[in-house]
Amino acid sequence: MTGLARNPQLDANGGLRHLLTLEGLPAAVITRILDTAVPFAAIGEREVKKVPLLRGKAVFNLFFENSTRTRTTFEIAAKRLSADVINLNIGASSTSKGETVLDTIDNLTAMDADIFVVRHSESGAPHLIAAHLNATGRSHVHVVNAGDGRHQHPTQGLLDLFTIRHYKKDFRDLSVAIVGDVLHSRVARSLVSGLATLGTPDIRVVAPRTLVPTRVEATGVRVFNEMHKGVAGCDVVVMLRLQNERMKGALLPSTGEYFKEYGLTPEKLVLAKPDAIVMHPGPMNRGVEIDSAVADGERSVILPQVTFGIAVRMAVMSIIAGNPGPRE
Amino acid sequence: MTPGLPDAEGTLAALAERMRGGVAPDAAFVGIYSGGAWVADRLATMLGAGHRVGYLDVSFYRDDYERAGLKPNARRSALDFDVAGATIVLVDDVLYTGRSVRAAINELFDYGRPAAIELAVLIDRGGRELPVEATYVGARLSVARDLDIVLSRAADGTLALAAEPRVAR
Repeated sequence: MTGLARNPQLDANGGLRHLLTLEGLPAAVITRILDTAVPFAAIGEREVKKVPLLRGKAVFNLFFENSTRTRTTFEIAAKRLSADVINLNIGASSTSKGETVLDTIDNLTAMDADIFVVRHSESGAPHLIAAHLNATGRSHVHVVNAGDGRHQHPTQGLLDLFTIRHYKKDFRDLSVAIVGDVLHSRVARSLVSGLATLGTPDIRVVAPRTLVPTRVEATGVRVFNEMHKGVAGCDVVVMLRLQNERMKGALLPSTGEYFKEYGLTPEKLVLAKPDAIVMHPGPMNRGVEIDSAVADGERSVILPQVTFGIAVRMAVMSIIAGNPGPRE
Repeated sequence: MTPGLPDAEGTLAALAERMRGGVAPDAAFVGIYSGGAWVADRLATMLGAGHRVGYLDVSFYRDDYERAGLKPNARRSALDFDVAGATIVLVDDVLYTGRSVRAAINELFDYGRPAAIELAVLIDRGGRELPVEATYVGARLSVARDLDIVLSRAADGTLALAAEPRVAR
């Protein structure tokens, strides 16, 4: 059972029970989610954008940290699966973390929750909840990590992978540059894990020294401190949001200076391949990490990312909820 | 070909013959993935009357999701015509319990309200668990419960039938 404790997102048969991280998630599981999202994307083009898979199931959106977009796309995804959705914005005010979170979970499980979608400012909170449910004989209740601290944002990573595959077909000959605040980015961490697992040969991190995690090269990525070298010849440019609070911590001189060095402008995008796509997890800071001419330009796939995000979250929830595990 | 099973191509020809004259000229054929899609393609060609062809993957409408989970390799349904007001011939390879047909009818209605739905199947093996009957049948068979009738398609498009031990789902 130690293996189960280490990786509580997989059941004994290797099926997906919870989605907590893309790190260590087998390529077959990632590929199955991406493949399943393809027909779900087609549902979004129909007049009736609903299928009956999760009828009678309750999805609890448990947001200990605010996020309008992620919560909304999870809500739309759950509703398109015909689930009942309950949104709980618990906010950052809850005092003690560990016990309070698990008490909340116990109470909501008593209200017959089937899936918890968890956003938390503490890395590992969704993992803690999943391990608690598994350990207390409630492995039929599922957890989806909607972003935890600086750790992971697996559904964002999956929708990024889905978007890249949609436009570029095969990961095995791609150069992908991830530009910006990699140090604080759970989006970057999830995407790097997924890209590596799917065999992407050239993963680049482009950022000022102060925003590059130490020993990041050990994960197989190449680090560039200069933007023009980092995006040269790449197929995909993923821009990260520069969080304003980073400016206060003396990690960067000013937003103007940052835009000059690392903001994606048409002039810098020219250095990438002619058919390179531009991605951004949102919300964007126009004029800080990305120029409006690029964000709204023909190479931008930022809005398709949002649409694909719904299909990917439908795929994740329908795969995990269809894997009930042993009921004790 | 498994002994005792009819030849798929001969059965297909018999099915096409039964549909000729019976099917509305403007009817659209909708094949249920994967075997039904192959049969729908072939029937449209054999009848030669310009019937539109669409495809349904009923994975999101199956009634065994709760105990069996989501089937891997779900494909996108493709109906490139207006279902509302259309006459539709659902096409499947093997009619057994009727559950796939139930799922397909439910899915069709999420595209629109058809004028009419008919059902054409290559093989009717009996064993219905729902009140579903086919309008056009290629051949009727009696098969042991622990066997699946599986349709396959060769590279040249030729269809073949085989009996295989039932895989629990």
